[in-house]
Amino acid sequence: MAGWWRRHPAHRRYMLREASALFLAAYALVLLAGLVALLRGEAAYAAWRAMLATPWSVALHALALLFVGYHALTWFQVMPKTMPPLPVAPRHITNAGLLLSALLSLALLAAVWVAGA
Amino acid sequence: MTAATRTIAIQCLRYHPQTDSAPHWQTWDLPFSDDMSLLQGLQHIKDELDGSLSFRWSCRMAICGSCGMMVNGTPQLACHVFLRDLWPGPVRVAPLAHFPVLRDLVVDQGAFLDALEAVRPWLVPVRERSLDDGPHRQTPQQLARFLDQAQCINCLLCHAACPQVGLDAGFVGPAALALVQRYNADSRDQGPAARRDVLNAAQGVWACTLVGACSQVCPKGVDPARAINQNKLASTLDYLGLRPRPRRPDTP
Repeated sequence: MAGWWRRHPAHRRYMLREASALFLAAYALVLLAGLVALLRGEAAYAAWRAMLATPWSVALHALALLFVGYHALTWFQVMPKTMPPLPVAPRHITNAGLLLSALLSLALLAAVWVAGA
Repeated sequence: MTAATRTIAIQCLRYHPQTDSAPHWQTWDLPFSDDMSLLQGLQHIKDELDGSLSFRWSCRMAICGSCGMMVNGTPQLACHVFLRDLWPGPVRVAPLAHFPVLRDLVVDQGAFLDALEAVRPWLVPVRERSLDDGPHRQTPQQLARFLDQAQCINCLLCHAACPQVGLDAGFVGPAALALVQRYNADSRDQGPAARRDVLNAAQGVWACTLVGACSQVCPKGVDPARAINQNKLASTLDYLGLRPRPRRPDTP
């Protein structure tokens, strides 16, 4: 079984999916470092922001964005398989209902945004 | 069958336990017509080219689940794939992965059959019923809860596709775990408690890492990955002591 994941495209995609989580974790660590820098004062925060603006950092973030995008895509593919059956009958789930709930969510978001501004 | 119009190279992994020390590849140039399945191709080889080739088959129509094999590295039913779709080839045919080979394309399913028996793939009735009780009725909604999983034909393509089956010989495996879901979700069944130990074990649902290959190769749309991972929630609730209440005995 050594090297099993190299033998089939589906297994390679699976390993890529799992590995893409590392970029997600790395990005979380970068954000965490920013929070620590914020705690330590203005100079540290400015230094952290300057570090983000370096070409190496921008390239790394572009790469991370690519992998996080792939991770999000696979998340949508995999999540439905892990969800328990809905407690409501399928006939109650209609396109109109989904659209309505999406519009209500957007209205709520807009309301919070306007209230906060 | 219409007249053969093209030929395709079939590379087959051969193994005879009494004469071969290790499996070896053998190639035939097979004439085929557009309506021929790979299974029909193998039957042609056995009938016309080499009578010693061994493989399992029965129904020829993706119902019996006998003719599963690795086709170019992917587990497939030989009756479920046309040679025209594999052309120009060559086609590499090997026995199902992760199973001991008995001879040529015939594998030993013993480990799976043991796992199958361990999950009690039959109705454990809520109470003993007699013939006088009449038919055991279900609503279409109750049937829909497990109908997908009930389509399993035990062809074992999912076991051959699953890297976890290959890495951990003790893993119960996708087919048997999908059948756990099929019976646990049945309103007539009171077996979840009896299947709990197998399901919750480290080599039960928790050995699955959701590669998802089982569901991709399933010829019957069973979606074992979904059946297994739904049970992870049930297994977690069970671990936390939040077991769902047993079903009430239904009235006939």
